[in-house]
Amino acid sequence: MQDDPVIRVIAKVLIPAMMLFALYVQFHGDYGPGGGFQAGVIFAAAFILNATVFGANRGRHVWPERANLLAICLGVLLYGGTGVASMWLGENFLDYDVLGSDPVAGQHLGILLVEFGVGLTVAAVMVSLFFTFSGRLSHIRLMNRVDAHDKAHPEGDTDE
Amino acid sequence: MEGFVINALLLVFLAIIAIAALRRKRLFGMVMLSGAFSLVAATLFVVLDAVDVAFTEAAVGAGISTVLALATLSLVPAEEKPHSISIGAAIVALATGLLLFAAVSDLPEFGAPDAPVHVYLAPDFIEGSRTDIGVPNVVTSVLASYRGFDTFGETLVVFTAAIGVLLILGGWTRPQKAKGKNPEDDHAG
Repeated sequence: MQDDPVIRVIAKVLIPAMMLFALYVQFHGDYGPGGGFQAGVIFAAAFILNATVFGANRGRHVWPERANLLAICLGVLLYGGTGVASMWLGENFLDYDVLGSDPVAGQHLGILLVEFGVGLTVAAVMVSLFFTFSGRLSHIRLMNRVDAHDKAHPEGDTDE
Repeated sequence: MEGFVINALLLVFLAIIAIAALRRKRLFGMVMLSGAFSLVAATLFVVLDAVDVAFTEAAVGAGISTVLALATLSLVPAEEKPHSISIGAAIVALATGLLLFAAVSDLPEFGAPDAPVHVYLAPDFIEGSRTDIGVPNVVTSVLASYRGFDTFGETLVVFTAAIGVLLILGGWTRPQKAKGKNPEDDHAG
């Protein structure tokens, strides 16, 4: 699949469009259908398409694995932090009225932050799930190769 | 009449896809059919004016789930294991189905304005979404503001599930102190 020019060209055209659409779904969720969950999944789909077409190694290069755990936690912390911030300003947990100059502006800001937290967590979770599964595959292939090598050289020579 | 024809067609499609997926032996075909099932279900949600749910179903059910199932398929055999039908399980499934059918007659009519779910809190939410929150999409205002606690819980569920999968499958190991410093072990993700 990685050598098929049609798939490569289509993926190259589609991936930026998918990411842009994900951002639109994320930040336009107040006005149209969509929100953090959907945007996160679409954003992750762009990365997964990249990894399936151009290989998992290049996919990992674009989205470093260590950033994953950070993004997963940051999203939840952003959501919880918005709630704590509204408590800090004298309201109930996750009551956004006090976040802005007037209640409506506060609600807008709160919903934006909370949805962004959801999107961040969902996107990172989906990408890391995919990479975990595909990494498992390459691990199994590696172990098979080691087994085959051990069977071919039962004396345990290490000069390779 | 039009709505009835469209609904009937989509439901028949759903049933056909479900039966075809059940009868399939090769797992690849099953995964593809479950993706198709999600896509038809998403269309059904659009017909029911639940655009946000349809969006989620298309993105998660037809998109990511199919990809994850395909990734899993590369780790397992291509064919389903042969198995016989268990009589006890069939009886339980049939009885549950019959009970659900019996419960359908107690449900309020679809779209009835005086259904309990439409008279208790929904009018406040619909009115408040315009005046208190100023968000035109009522789904977003309910999801993120009125029901912010629930959504926080959902996000935590996703978070916990991902941490669990990463811990089980991700190959995270405790750095082994006995073998001395081996920096590769610390972040073998």
